[in-house]
Amino acid sequence: MKKLTVSILQFPGTNCEYDTVYAFERLGYETKVLWHKEESLAEGTDLVVIPGGFSYGDYLRSGSIARFSPIIKAVQAYADAGGIVLGICNGFQILTEMGLLPGALKRNNNLHFISKHQMVKIINNDNAFLNQCKVGEVLDIPVAHADGNYYIDDAGFKELEENNQILLRYCDNEGNPTILNGSVEQIAGIRNKKGNIFGLMPHPERAMEFVLGSEDGVRMLKGFENT
Amino acid sequence: MKAIVNIYLKEGVLDTQGKATHHALDSLGFDSVSDVRIGKQIILEVDTKDKAEAEEQIKDMAETLLANTVIEDYTIEIV
Repeated sequence: MKKLTVSILQFPGTNCEYDTVYAFERLGYETKVLWHKEESLAEGTDLVVIPGGFSYGDYLRSGSIARFSPIIKAVQAYADAGGIVLGICNGFQILTEMGLLPGALKRNNNLHFISKHQMVKIINNDNAFLNQCKVGEVLDIPVAHADGNYYIDDAGFKELEENNQILLRYCDNEGNPTILNGSVEQIAGIRNKKGNIFGLMPHPERAMEFVLGSEDGVRMLKGFENT
Repeated sequence: MKAIVNIYLKEGVLDTQGKATHHALDSLGFDSVSDVRIGKQIILEVDTKDKAEAEEQIKDMAETLLANTVIEDYTIEIV
């Protein structure tokens, strides 16, 4: 089987890029970290990951300045051509700021930075990302964010539902919806309509082995093997 | 020319900072306040003498970068 090549972006203030490298290398993927001033992705890129962190210090709005970095032009072209892009946490914020994913991430309702293990429920698995997970399955994936409160207007939400674009919802151990940060309908992750852009606030790359508290992230990230 | 851009969350988008501050004012006894909204103000020094031109440029800046129009509204004031 061909080894998948993952391009992982790095902005000033990104801090999850090497966790992301570690996670994908554990799965046997080839990884390359790309500084934001680069203008092209790694040759033969099968997946672009925009990792977590605080690009540009979260100044103005989380993700708002990173989206104008040189490397983003390459990501945009890659995405337009149908390439697969995954945004984790700050990466999700950047993808909404770019307009590649609908909605926006607001300050958490309780105004706290929330950092803890969180249960999330798989809502849709018929996609390039969560195909190794079962619908209704509950996974333990850490969250760590201040601006994770997903907002979308009613019409936008309806469209997400109709097109099976909702990937994950925050829940308790039994899978009942839990209010974590104020997200519309407890949304933790979505995809675009076309099905090649994915964004989520939880950090699967931090849940790759039992010694770290959970290995549920493995099944999430392994999904890309089938693309 | 100086321009002031005020950015607020749209009506209908919950302003949690405003709400928390309102609550704090209330607990301090300032009970005449019926609503608090928190936004941000960006002050720009623009190199143009033409007011209309400045407004047009700043509108473009607001739409492109300064505001996220999915959740925010903005006003532009030239002073």
